[in-house]
Amino acid sequence: MRHPWQGRRIPLAWLLLTRQPARLAVALAGIAFAGILMFMQLGFRDGLFDASVTIHKQFDADLVLISPRTMSSIGMAGFPQRRLVQAMADADVIGITPVHWNLLLWRNPQTRMTRSILTLGFEPADRLFRDPALVRSAHSLTQRGRVLFDQLSRPEFGPVASWFRQGRVVETEVAGKRLRVAGLVSLGPSFGADGNMLVSRETFLELMPGTPPGSIELGLIRLRQGADPATVISRLRQRLPADVRILTKKGFEEFEKEYWRSSTAIGFIFTLGAAMGFVVGCVIVYQILYSDVSDHLPEYATLMAMGYPLRSLLGVVGREGLLLAILGFLPAWLAGQGLYALVRAGTRLPVFMEAQRSQLVFAMILSMCMASAALAMRKLADADPAEIF
Amino acid sequence: MTPTPSPSGLSAPLPLPDAAPLAVRIQGLSHWYGHGSTRRQVLQGVDLSLQAGEVVLLTGPSGCGKTTLLTLVGALRQVIAGSVQVLGQELAGSSRRQRQQLRRSIGMIFQGHNLLRCLSAEQNVQMGADLLPQLSYRARRDRARQWLRAVGLAEQLDQLPHDLSGGQKQRVAIARALAAEPRLLLADEPTAALDSRTGREIVDLLRGLARGQGCAVLMVTHDPRILDIADRVLRMEDGQLVESAAERRV
Repeated sequence: MRHPWQGRRIPLAWLLLTRQPARLAVALAGIAFAGILMFMQLGFRDGLFDASVTIHKQFDADLVLISPRTMSSIGMAGFPQRRLVQAMADADVIGITPVHWNLLLWRNPQTRMTRSILTLGFEPADRLFRDPALVRSAHSLTQRGRVLFDQLSRPEFGPVASWFRQGRVVETEVAGKRLRVAGLVSLGPSFGADGNMLVSRETFLELMPGTPPGSIELGLIRLRQGADPATVISRLRQRLPADVRILTKKGFEEFEKEYWRSSTAIGFIFTLGAAMGFVVGCVIVYQILYSDVSDHLPEYATLMAMGYPLRSLLGVVGREGLLLAILGFLPAWLAGQGLYALVRAGTRLPVFMEAQRSQLVFAMILSMCMASAALAMRKLADADPAEIF
Repeated sequence: MTPTPSPSGLSAPLPLPDAAPLAVRIQGLSHWYGHGSTRRQVLQGVDLSLQAGEVVLLTGPSGCGKTTLLTLVGALRQVIAGSVQVLGQELAGSSRRQRQQLRRSIGMIFQGHNLLRCLSAEQNVQMGADLLPQLSYRARRDRARQWLRAVGLAEQLDQLPHDLSGGQKQRVAIARALAAEPRLLLADEPTAALDSRTGREIVDLLRGLARGQGCAVLMVTHDPRILDIADRVLRMEDGQLVESAAERRV
């Protein structure tokens, strides 16, 4: 009869690691360092891509219309508003919102420095964002020259939010025109824009007097519940001329992310950074395991002389690698959490410890440790039990 | 119920299951090191037999081939020429795996004790006991403790080799070798690193425990003070066994 606990052995790998605390600490510091490097690089990469669609995500729309000449949110081209009205003719379309979109120069009311701010112009009565809080504050825009300022904008735009909350009248200059802050919204900076503000279409056209009449940069389309966006898109494609591009809301976000992915070096740079973390980690773990095997070579040879098969010794080295991976991942994960919080506070990038990224980094640490263990195992071949007498 | 070790040395030697009652049977064993012009013969036609439970000492000047003979009997080296039968198994032409399996039945004690530095005395001995199949972890641990008690180290169970004296380390090594219930024990100058009194204690202990297990002992030594524990003393010179005047029966 065989019980499971008959297989229990002395945890040699664990004891080899823990009875040399200095070496273990160095190994764990190295692995954690590599892990943190990977967490940060991948976090920045994903965070930057996510941040590019901070605004896109919040639109209250199922489909959007943009100009075919539009490449990204930092260069939105105009198209005839008529197309959006034509889309209304489709039976499944229940609502539309024409949106003006441009980057304008905002003057910091404190330092008088100007900075580019993303400005959206819409009819205050229309639905723009999903956030119901906006609907309440939107009607304050009906007065000319009023603006809703995004309180999550970077601090370079001035202490607008705190002044406003103190009850002060906050006035500044945008594109050479005087504007008064009528309220605060929470949107968040994106990759292309450090800050956001909302104005009525009337105010927008005052700020941008050169806008051709009847031209908008973005059209939001809301569908009847249960309608299939793909079918509606194919119907609209037939009905509308080729001077508009029709996307689902998700497709609009992907369109933006793809711009940053393909036409900038961001993805490459940060993936390369993560790969460097991987390589550095491999070197550290290999050094540790190799010197561990070298130092204990006579002991391994003794075990072989006692009748332990080589594969059980390979197993010891493999388990050392596994333990190092697990023990090294934990501090890396914890430090990653802390650093992500710092990044969020410092840059307002939406960087969070996502399960998928944690799994990816753990898989990389694990393969790093196991690959190093496999390389260190070759040293075990030098353990000749005949040499120890 | 598994048999518990009887370190007191009172029980009779266990009968060998094989028809051959010999623990070791060596015929015409020759061995060489190196290749081509650097090839050097270290053993020349050695014949040797060990009865089960017999204690045999092997002496001779350094470089005469004693240790080589020990590694060949211990299934640590491939036999090149001649026949070596250990515990009924022929080692000439054996595979790596056969030798590894056979080594489980051979206890080895080294000059430098070779304990695992990261394991306590008890865990070191259990590494020996762990080679026994069909025993629970607890039974193997109890066995390790019993053997440590038998070598007089009941108080030092949890100490690391680092904290033990030379004699204590060698006792742990003996306990480790015997915990795997070997039927053949090979020892290479186990007293070399010890003072004469401790060395004496160690070999007395070794013989007593081996006797109790019915385990044959082949010990290489330079130490003339311990020759009296042997059933037979063999002398080796230039790779050949020569008749020894000290041969006697206890």
